[in-house]
Amino acid sequence: MLVVWLVGSPLRAGPQAAEDTHAAERQRLEAARDAKYREIRELELDHRTGKLSDEDFRALDRQLRAEAVAILRELDALA
Amino acid sequence: MPTLGRALILLALAVALYGIVAALVGARTGRRDLVDSARRAVYALAALTTGAFVLLELAFLRDDFGWEIVASHSSSTTPLFYKFTAVWSSQEGSLLLWVWLLSLWSSLALFLTRRRLRDVVPYATAVLLGFGAFFAALLAFLESPFTVLAAAPSDGVGLNPLLRHPSMMIHPPMLYSGYTLFAVPFAFAVGALARRRVDADWIAATRRFALAAWLLLGTGILLGARWSYAELGWGGYWAWDPVENASLLPWLTGTAFLHSIMLQEKRGMLKVWNASLILATGTLCVLGTFLVRSGILDSIHAFGASTLGVPFVTLIAVIIAGSIALVVSRRDALRSEHRLDSMLSREAVFVANNVVLVGLAFVVFWGTFFPLIAEALTGERKSVGPPWFDRYTVPLALVLTLLSGVGPVIAWRRATWRNARRAFALPVAAGAATAVACAGFGLTEHAGAAIMFALAAFVAATVGQELWRGVGARRAMSGEAVPSALVSLVRRNRRRYGGYTVHLGIAVLFVGIAASSAFQDEREVRLSPGQSASVGAYDVRYVRSTGEISLGDAWIEKIDFGAVLEVRRDGRLVETLRPERGFYPSRDQRLGPLGQFFEGEATSEVGLKAGFWRDVWTAVQPDTQALQPIVERADAGFAKATEGLTAEQRAGVLGLTLNQFVARYREDPPPATFRLIVSPMVAWMWIGALIAISGGLIALWPAPDAARRRATARAAARVAQDLGRA
Repeated sequence: MLVVWLVGSPLRAGPQAAEDTHAAERQRLEAARDAKYREIRELELDHRTGKLSDEDFRALDRQLRAEAVAILRELDALA
Repeated sequence: MPTLGRALILLALAVALYGIVAALVGARTGRRDLVDSARRAVYALAALTTGAFVLLELAFLRDDFGWEIVASHSSSTTPLFYKFTAVWSSQEGSLLLWVWLLSLWSSLALFLTRRRLRDVVPYATAVLLGFGAFFAALLAFLESPFTVLAAAPSDGVGLNPLLRHPSMMIHPPMLYSGYTLFAVPFAFAVGALARRRVDADWIAATRRFALAAWLLLGTGILLGARWSYAELGWGGYWAWDPVENASLLPWLTGTAFLHSIMLQEKRGMLKVWNASLILATGTLCVLGTFLVRSGILDSIHAFGASTLGVPFVTLIAVIIAGSIALVVSRRDALRSEHRLDSMLSREAVFVANNVVLVGLAFVVFWGTFFPLIAEALTGERKSVGPPWFDRYTVPLALVLTLLSGVGPVIAWRRATWRNARRAFALPVAAGAATAVACAGFGLTEHAGAAIMFALAAFVAATVGQELWRGVGARRAMSGEAVPSALVSLVRRNRRRYGGYTVHLGIAVLFVGIAASSAFQDEREVRLSPGQSASVGAYDVRYVRSTGEISLGDAWIEKIDFGAVLEVRRDGRLVETLRPERGFYPSRDQRLGPLGQFFEGEATSEVGLKAGFWRDVWTAVQPDTQALQPIVERADAGFAKATEGLTAEQRAGVLGLTLNQFVARYREDPPPATFRLIVSPMVAWMWIGALIAISGGLIALWPAPDAARRRATARAAARVAQDLGRA
């Protein structure tokens, strides 16, 4: 009885539709944004620990930030 | 109680089947209530299997010999700890452990993702419940742990003496935790492919499960190696035994997966590869469970005898066919978003590392399955031994070690030769200096080991240099003292520095393996008390024999025959070792009260002097053949002397006979065979493993929320600034 109650409780409220179609896309973009931020931080650490020259760092950092900007724009468009 | 156990398993099966249907219907119709209900079915599966597991444990702890599983795997004299762990020494108990652990990890994964990946989760839920239903069905219809005997025996058979070792009792839950944790990323990969949502979100949601699986599976493998070294009496820790290999396979592919997912997370690359790797890893986990449990590794003919053969092969075939179909049908969505910017980049190193790891897995797979393939094709049993494995795995391990040093110091995306030269100068110098030192000490005749030492020094230098430079950068930013800068650096970049620590640990572990394999001295000698033998730089003298009777709670547990050995170096006493061989009685009463001890199980207690630089390892094999005439005479005398006596009087006479027999062995033993091994740097293997485990824990531990928020806010501010400029 307990098992039936536990498993069946979401059904008692009646059929519930899935959330709006934008939600999955928003989650995808938020995950991509967070990953891009992590990448920017990794790049900074690589630069500070001497793995990248200033010139390479500036070029790559600019590119990553542009990619992050594009993701933020897509997020804004969804909102 | 057994009826309740059976009911819980049947209910678990019903709940799992319901959950699969609810999840799939919910996914197709978009009904969230059905998907939520399916998630709760996973929670219910966890509760039901927990109940079943607790019942089984109680039966073992209460010595309920009416249960077939308890009677055949425990006894009233089995120590409490081993009663508790004997549950998973049986096939039925280990299958219940599998589904129980699976249900716990699945519940945790689905709870953590209850508001994320809503389109992927229903499929992942169905896959996880599919595994749950499969194992619950095995427990319900083929291998029930709740079978009751028609007549309960007064005592049980007891736990296999070989398994009475703490490592061996913790080893199965570790392996099974690894296998079942890998089911989580496997299930989410299937869900992501089914929904064509193949970005890195499913990876981010399940990465920690994959890492925990890798960590626990690796720990399980290590405990198995430790048990082999301390308990099996052959002197090694790894024999390329098929059962060992079965657990190593998913660990290797899982290691490759943990590296290659970083490329998908950062660059949207290797999507096909990552999906294929985790699907292969999940399949290998099921295969590993099947191989150990079916007996098929001993012979292909065991397949027919095993009740698990057909169901497991069907499941594995379905997983392989489904995985291939999913990856092929989604190949358009799995196209990489970027290409390699440069061959001189961390991405390129990761790709090479994956090729080597998968190459290693292929070698292990081929060597493990070759006997089965040969037997199936030719009817003849052929097998490959350790030299075959060594021929292929040693070069691959050397390349892997090299790559694990190169990876940390090379930049993502694109490194320049100038930066690379600067970054590699110190590590290469450390590796070269070690190589020269090896040549100076005359170690070059074992070229593989000498190269491994040099490469390990290279890896240690890269990790040290990375930490040093990271601390320097941190101090320049914050002005912290060195220790607190180091802690802050690692805390804020746990994945990076945890990974580097793992690299260091694996390099140290490989040094231990290389040194102990290449420079081991080993002898097998037959000695009488007073005689000596030399092994390596040590002299080992057999001082005297030992013999004693080990009593359980109510009866004689075993007879121990052993030796006292004095180990000397340059005439100086280094250690006194006491290897023993324990003889457990067979249950066949026809063998005679004394004879039964020498026809049952026997275990070794090795005499070991473990040290940082070398281990002196000894095992004794008493000559039981030489004792046979004495045993037969004693048994015949016992039978004659105890005619017409009561059971109590017979027990008294038996005790007397055994004591006389053991005393006689102590005073006048026949020559015994000794295995004497001097292995350098075995301790480095265990130390390296502990370093790797701590690195895994660092990488696994969640980043502090505050730090994550600050970092995100800082990065967001910078990006927002650009947005303003754009």
